[in-house]
Amino acid sequence: MTAALTPRNVVIAVLMLLLAAMPVYAAVTANTFLVTLFTRVIILGIAATSLNLILGYGGMVSFGHAVYLGIGGYAVGILAQEGTSSGFVQWPVAILVSALFALLVGALSLRTRGVYFIMITLAFAQLVYYFGVGLDRYGADDGLTIRRRSQFAGLLNLSDRTQFYYLCLVLLVLTIYLVARLVNSRFGLVIQGARSNDRRMRAIGFATFRYRLTAFVIAGAICGLAGALLANHTGFISPATMHWTRSGDLIVMVVLGGMASSFGPLIGAVALLSLEEALPVLIRVSASPVFGDAAVRMAEYWQIVLGPLFLLVVLFARGGIDGLLAGMRRG
Amino acid sequence: MLLFIEQCLNGLQFGLLLFLLAAGLTLVFGIMDLVNLAHGSLYMLGAYFAATFAAWTDSFVLGALLALAATLVVGMALEVVALRRLYGRDHLDHVLGTFGLILFFNELVRLVWGPAGMSLSLPMWLISPVEILPGLFYPTYRIAIILTALLVALFLYVLVMRTRLGMLVRAGASNREMTGALGVNISLLYTLVFGLGAALAGLAGLMQAPILTVQIGMGENILILAFVVIIIGGIGSIRGAFIAAILVGLIDTIGRAFLPDLLRLVLSSRGASTVAPAMSSMMIYLLMAIVLVLRPEGLFPVSSK
Amino acid sequence: MKRLLMGTVALVALGAAPAGAQQSVKIGFVSTFSGPTAVIGNDMRNSFELALDHLGRKMAGKPVEVIYEDDQQKPEVGVQKSQKLVESDKVDFVIGYIWSNVLLASLKPVVDSQTFLISANAGPSQIAGEQCSPFFFSTSWQNDQTPQAMGTYMTQKGVKTAFLIGPNYAAGKDMLTGVRTTFKGQVIGEELTKWPDQLDFSTELSKVRAARPEAVFVFYPGAAGVQFLTQYAQSGLKGQIPLYTAFTIDAITLPLQKDLALGVPGAQEWVNDLPNDANKKFVADFRAKHKNYPSFYGAQSYDAANFVNSAVIVVNGDLSKKDAMRAEMRKANYASVRGPYKYGNNQFPIQNFYLQDVVKDAEGNFTLKTVTTIVKDSQDQFHDQCPMKW
Repeated sequence: MTAALTPRNVVIAVLMLLLAAMPVYAAVTANTFLVTLFTRVIILGIAATSLNLILGYGGMVSFGHAVYLGIGGYAVGILAQEGTSSGFVQWPVAILVSALFALLVGALSLRTRGVYFIMITLAFAQLVYYFGVGLDRYGADDGLTIRRRSQFAGLLNLSDRTQFYYLCLVLLVLTIYLVARLVNSRFGLVIQGARSNDRRMRAIGFATFRYRLTAFVIAGAICGLAGALLANHTGFISPATMHWTRSGDLIVMVVLGGMASSFGPLIGAVALLSLEEALPVLIRVSASPVFGDAAVRMAEYWQIVLGPLFLLVVLFARGGIDGLLAGMRRG
Repeated sequence: MLLFIEQCLNGLQFGLLLFLLAAGLTLVFGIMDLVNLAHGSLYMLGAYFAATFAAWTDSFVLGALLALAATLVVGMALEVVALRRLYGRDHLDHVLGTFGLILFFNELVRLVWGPAGMSLSLPMWLISPVEILPGLFYPTYRIAIILTALLVALFLYVLVMRTRLGMLVRAGASNREMTGALGVNISLLYTLVFGLGAALAGLAGLMQAPILTVQIGMGENILILAFVVIIIGGIGSIRGAFIAAILVGLIDTIGRAFLPDLLRLVLSSRGASTVAPAMSSMMIYLLMAIVLVLRPEGLFPVSSK
Repeated sequence: MKRLLMGTVALVALGAAPAGAQQSVKIGFVSTFSGPTAVIGNDMRNSFELALDHLGRKMAGKPVEVIYEDDQQKPEVGVQKSQKLVESDKVDFVIGYIWSNVLLASLKPVVDSQTFLISANAGPSQIAGEQCSPFFFSTSWQNDQTPQAMGTYMTQKGVKTAFLIGPNYAAGKDMLTGVRTTFKGQVIGEELTKWPDQLDFSTELSKVRAARPEAVFVFYPGAAGVQFLTQYAQSGLKGQIPLYTAFTIDAITLPLQKDLALGVPGAQEWVNDLPNDANKKFVADFRAKHKNYPSFYGAQSYDAANFVNSAVIVVNGDLSKKDAMRAEMRKANYASVRGPYKYGNNQFPIQNFYLQDVVKDAEGNFTLKTVTTIVKDSQDQFHDQCPMKW
């Protein structure tokens, strides 16, 4: 992995530099919201990166990955509600419960293939979603407000936006590194081999089920951590966090950014959330010379542009943004 | 006892409605191997068309017929313009592409019909309830839904099992190249099947419309249930979809009807009211998970694959 | 990539708002502008805009700038939009909130930043009680108040047994609690339905039929209210068991409910025919501009604009004087379209509630009419739990 000056590497380097410098820029322009927004981008980037491990590399299309965001979030929320706000307790619980749930789901669903796998992961996610809806003590449908962010015995102050931002950024980099190391190891080669031809991998003596299950559990655990971060970030957790459309969003991020690419999911998260913020503005700005005041109303219909964009990505840019960048080198 | 019969009828009616939606989905899924999340959007369009045409023609039945035709046309156009390009692609591509279509259709409907939603009123002869058993009054319209759906089920069975079109469809599903080589226009066949599926979704939407209001996003939650139905029933199986739909409809309704009273024995009244609907929803997904673990191909797998 | 860059550029442009001296009054307005309930949000926006027009779009001589944000009826979206308004747009007031669950999620980031939040609709019990805040005001009501008025009316009518139905979310639970506190008869059944997904009430209506109550009380805001009345009629229960409502029949749903709503009573703190000058002007101008009647959501938003205006005027436009603004707001010293009212220690209104009935106006449109005053100076039952005293 030599750091050649390809367009793709330049973009990734610029992106990482921008992310690293964001709080400084926000402080100079006195716009703290940028930090809030990008903290969210980074957390979802972690979640998408974890999904990429199983979806991109392992070919396991989990349509219920947002459930771990919910489990991680509820671990923090419920413990906080019951008076345990130490992050040293909350975060390991979030990771552990997510991993255990992933173990259960994976053990049962990895026996199925294709669309059945998509649907069974969805079914388990819906089970937890409705479990959350029925959690009367913890706000049920309305969700739970988390009054106090996780406490780390004075080592870290998560209520400080900048500290929290950099913590998330460090965790993101660690996640990307971990996933990259994993997929380039023997373990990674097995799950990637099982994606393209499971039968052959088993024939040459690999117990692919165990490998794939391990990957599934790791992905769940990382996403559970992202859930704990997200709950701290919004100060709020509700079943909506694990609604099936949120799982759809995570898939969109991975595919939009580029499957089976280290930085793809992060790029996808940045792109999707930027589009959500920027598309209305773009429509307003570009339509106002022609349509005048009506442009403000037109901007409300930005999803009419976003939807077909997904279809176009699927049809013409299967490698996602990362694939396009890599393609630029070849000309 | 009367309450139990009435709740079973409610469950049956909901199940049959699910069947209409699931039938189109399972046809498209089984034959073209296409996961179409935008099927719920066609359901929504059916309802919007019906509300619009019924207002124009001042007749519920006429409006419904026009709406059926319109959804058929939209479905076929959608297949030709976009979805055809997704055949043979990864399921993941289907999920993502049609997920995008949901966003598109929701916004399109908002643009055309506005955000407020519409209502479709019934003719007088369908409004008043009838006494189907001594002491048991049941809404006429819900009986109409049950009868219509049963007729459609019969029609589909005959169509797929007893006609030349059905034979071609079954042939195309099991071996596309071979059927094509025999001189059958597969593209046209697929477009027709997709249109049929769309019309079925539209029918479900427009029949639900007088009970619920017609609104944006109305197809999304019920779509997931329709997927559950076809997975439980076995992909591509009309018979499986029929049985699974009624099963899911009954579980959902009976659960909501009787779980609260059961739970009140152990929980506070308020707690039971919160937990019970969640539990009946969970039971459906639990059923699906169990079916998939035990029979990964569903209850009535189509053997031809 | 180009798109990504453009997105980033747009974001940065968004962020680089001029910081300098404050020349305008900035207001963030959070409501639902997409999905089936967008019609409520639009009514609130129309009324709020009308109020600003009436104020000459200036408060204490400063131009008013409003940023509308769509909460999509989702708590997690609402909290993000509220954060954005406070942190990025640096608004002076956040107004709006139809839904109690959205408001509950959004409260903390707004009041923690010492920005005034004025709820123009939602009034969850938690915020009236232990979560009350010196930066929160309501120009509507506490959720329980309206059903309490309805419960009082049902008792007055001599109803002995009642069945309660509502959606399973913060406000739904508050509503059913509210009606229980003042209804002296027996509650023989209570059902909470999935919200906002469940729109088929056949299961619940079958139970009502089996339970044979003397009355049914329902709370279904927005489109769900249309569905409930439609299904109530289809089930044949209309005409057999009288229906009592809160927030189920209003100017927005009436054009869809039509005859089905005739003869179904509701309770409200504001009705379009209340005979005060501010209200006459509001309703007349609203009808002239939008051709239909304003709803109570609109009236409360119209009030919110004038309410904020009274506070801005008293500090002469110096929006850093938060204590002085709060002191003024506590007086409710403005011409509310519901007539004069007071604030309790939790900064929720103490106000009258009226019985409303559905009638046809001269042009044949369905509209609401005040029948009588059910309760005078009603105060919510949670104000004791609010530690704030003044």
